[in-house]
Amino acid sequence: MPSFVINDKCDGCKGKDKTACMYVCPNDLMVLDKAKMKAYNRAPDMCWECYSCIKICPQQAMDCRGYADFVPLGASATPLRGSEDIMWTIKFRNGTVKRFKFPIRTTPEGSAKPNGGFEEGAGDFNSPALFTEPASLHMKEVHPLKK
Amino acid sequence: MANFQTKIVETDVLIVGGGMAATGAAVEAAYWAKKNGLKVTLVDKAAMDRSGAVAMGLSALNQYLGVGAGDNTVEDYVRYVRQDLMGITREDLVFDIARHVDGTVHLFEKWGLPIWKDEAGKYVHEGRWQVMINGESYKVLVAEAAKNALGTENIYERVFITEPIVENGKCVGAVGFSTRDEVFYVFKAKAVLVAAGGAVSVFRPRSVGEGLGRSWYPPFNSGSSAYMTIKAGAEMTCQEVRFIPVRFKDGYGPVGAWFLLFKAAATNAFGENYMATHADELKKYAPYGLGKPIPACLRNHLGMMDIFAGKGPLYMQTAEAIQKIAANAPDEKSAKKKLKELESEAWEDFLDMTISQAILWAAQNIEPEKVPSEIAPCEPYFIGSHSGASGAWVSGQEDLQTEATKKDYFWGYAYMTTVPGMFAAGDASGASSHKFSTGSFTEGRLAAKAACKYCVDNKAAPVVTDAVIEDFKKRTTAPMALFEQHQAYSNDPNINPNFIKPRDYMFRLQKLMDEYAGGVSSQFTTNEKLLDRGLHLLGMLKEDAAKLAAGDLNELMRCWENIHRTWQAESHIRTLQFRQETRWPGYYYRADKPGLDDANWKCFVNCKCDAKTGEWTMIKRPIHRIVE
Ligand SMILES: Cc1cc2nc3c(=O)[nH]c(=O)nc-3n(C[C@H](O)[C@H](O)[C@H](O)COP(=O)(O)OP(=O)(O)OC[C@H]3O[C@@H](n4cnc5c(N)ncnc54)[C@H](O)[C@@H]3O)c2cc1C
Ligand code: SF4
Ligand code: SF4
Repeated sequence: MPSFVINDKCDGCKGKDKTACMYVCPNDLMVLDKAKMKAYNRAPDMCWECYSCIKICPQQAMDCRGYADFVPLGASATPLRGSEDIMWTIKFRNGTVKRFKFPIRTTPEGSAKPNGGFEEGAGDFNSPALFTEPASLHMKEVHPLKK
Repeated sequence: MANFQTKIVETDVLIVGGGMAATGAAVEAAYWAKKNGLKVTLVDKAAMDRSGAVAMGLSALNQYLGVGAGDNTVEDYVRYVRQDLMGITREDLVFDIARHVDGTVHLFEKWGLPIWKDEAGKYVHEGRWQVMINGESYKVLVAEAAKNALGTENIYERVFITEPIVENGKCVGAVGFSTRDEVFYVFKAKAVLVAAGGAVSVFRPRSVGEGLGRSWYPPFNSGSSAYMTIKAGAEMTCQEVRFIPVRFKDGYGPVGAWFLLFKAAATNAFGENYMATHADELKKYAPYGLGKPIPACLRNHLGMMDIFAGKGPLYMQTAEAIQKIAANAPDEKSAKKKLKELESEAWEDFLDMTISQAILWAAQNIEPEKVPSEIAPCEPYFIGSHSGASGAWVSGQEDLQTEATKKDYFWGYAYMTTVPGMFAAGDASGASSHKFSTGSFTEGRLAAKAACKYCVDNKAAPVVTDAVIEDFKKRTTAPMALFEQHQAYSNDPNINPNFIKPRDYMFRLQKLMDEYAGGVSSQFTTNEKLLDRGLHLLGMLKEDAAKLAAGDLNELMRCWENIHRTWQAESHIRTLQFRQETRWPGYYYRADKPGLDDANWKCFVNCKCDAKTGEWTMIKRPIHRIVE
């Protein structure tokens, strides 16, 4: 069922009006069952297995079971996303385990400055330059068309 | 009983969407808005951190030129795109995006995107135009910059835009609803920038069980850009140029790194390299077939020739490629190290953008350094920013026009559609293929700057009467009202002769497109008669769209997604029908009109639906070169 919720681990994000998984799913699939205080994926066959919900769940209460109509059983891909890296554990059907770690960003969370520290232009609508140009191009001017 | 409250938001520039083009637009618009006292508002159906095609991340930036460092020229890029699209491209648009895209990539790096570098500090290239990244958080980063630029108070997440507001021929806003609460939204704006992505699930996917959602393109982009622009009366272009990627089978994992970085070959089941065995076929598509690189559709075509001849499955020879690279190492120790490195790169390629493929490989015990892996063509998608070209016909930049192009490609504001006040970028704008994530972000910036200029020049506040608003509200929420009215009649909420649920409607659309318009099960082949019949059946489906019913807000969104898909589908069928040739074999085949016909069809095929009468017009527009 693509992404799914592990009953024992989900605490319904403590009943806040927005759970983390609901907040993030780009296809609006995650729903909180308020009676049980557990989330669920309302349409597994509309799930892209994008893992956004799995990565964000604060309880690590979500996992993914590959699409039943073509994925043999027994494998998994489990992420652990920190502030700088993501760690992956891949389990094969035959028991082989592989681990990978990849960086996710080089700056502290929240610090992206729109102009990236590049010098801003003069704000002329009639010039071809965007607001960080020409500095952000590493060039002296925006490339013109030679006619 | 549903009881929608109405909220009215007045703004200057409205950005519809929160993906690559929209975040680029937000970053750029914020600057021009501040300078000129304008207000900018962005609306996304999802949460910007993970919305759109880059939700999962990406493993490469597919458009980077390195013009400043002298690696490539803007003109080179134009020639590359022209060649890949079989001669059909708006060179002024491609040129404009290409001359600005490097600046965008340099911004991404400052924001914290990990871009691979070699010892000399230069970006590591996957191919000539692609640079490698650790892109798990790519979307999170661009969304962060957009939020920092606009301020979260100007961003509406979880609001699905249903329709454009057009008054006196000008676009003056859009309406939609919250997918969380019963709120109907009216955004009144002086300029609207459509950046709501492309379309998937218009055709039946290969997988129709639980894997239905595993299309290569994300199931959450449902043709809203096409609908918004067509419905407003904008002229559309290249609506026939769908994209069919060849990817690892079923998981739809990327093959770019395998072809470009690892130099792997693709073969049929008998080990024959179809690019070599069918090389003669390329001559039929000269000059494009004989140019380099060979266009994506022709590469597809040669592979499909083997599939159709019963020589499948096709394989990516991963093991061979990796062993070859490792064999070049000077000694055994460094060969081992290299192998380990390549293995990690291969898995990262999936884990950063198509995790399903990693699960599938693990579940099939596939270790790419040991065994080859199946590849297959996906179902058709509409993604003008990638290797497709569909989208709105937009004005070019003034300084990039020549005497010849001016009258055909320029009408005042760059990236404005033929509807005043409505702009388009990313998958929403057509004939400027191969912009990918970086170019889409860049085009968003360019369009946003022009939209701000439009607002400064056109100061009159939009007037939208209460009657118009009430009418929109009724239409937007109609599927919920219809469900309430009839649900008691039957004992099954989905089976009721008075309405159709969005899921069943989607299946009807997909079956129709698959069988009549050249989907997977028709081996991408159609003809005039099939298209006629398809259009007839689509007409009935379109009538039945008025019977779409929704039990809750989520279903209401699904109803509207399908209405949007239907218009994308109609413009596609009509354009397939009009163009009397097969210019992009491997994307689709007109069985009754095989082969290229440069004499008659080296032109854009555009179409337009009259906003008042609903009548369609087909238009031929000339191709002009601005680069030799
Ligand atoms: C599988 C895959 C792999 C790719 N790989 C690469 C790669 O390696 N490198 C690269 O550079 N590019 C790659 N691309 C291309 C890149 O992702 C696209 O070119 C780019 O995302 C297009 O930007 P966009 O803004 O047009 O659409 P998107 O980024 O998809 O954004 C669309 C936005 O519109 C919103 N939206 C949709 N409908 C509505 C509505 N009705 N109301 C409100 N909001 C709405 C969505 O929530 C989303 O925010 C890949 C694409 C795919 C699908
Ligand atoms: S984010 Fe995790 S803990 Fe919170 S509701 Fe979802 S599954 Fe449960
Ligand atoms: S994996 Fe992605 S699409 Fe599926 S439920 Fe989670 S967030 Fe939604």
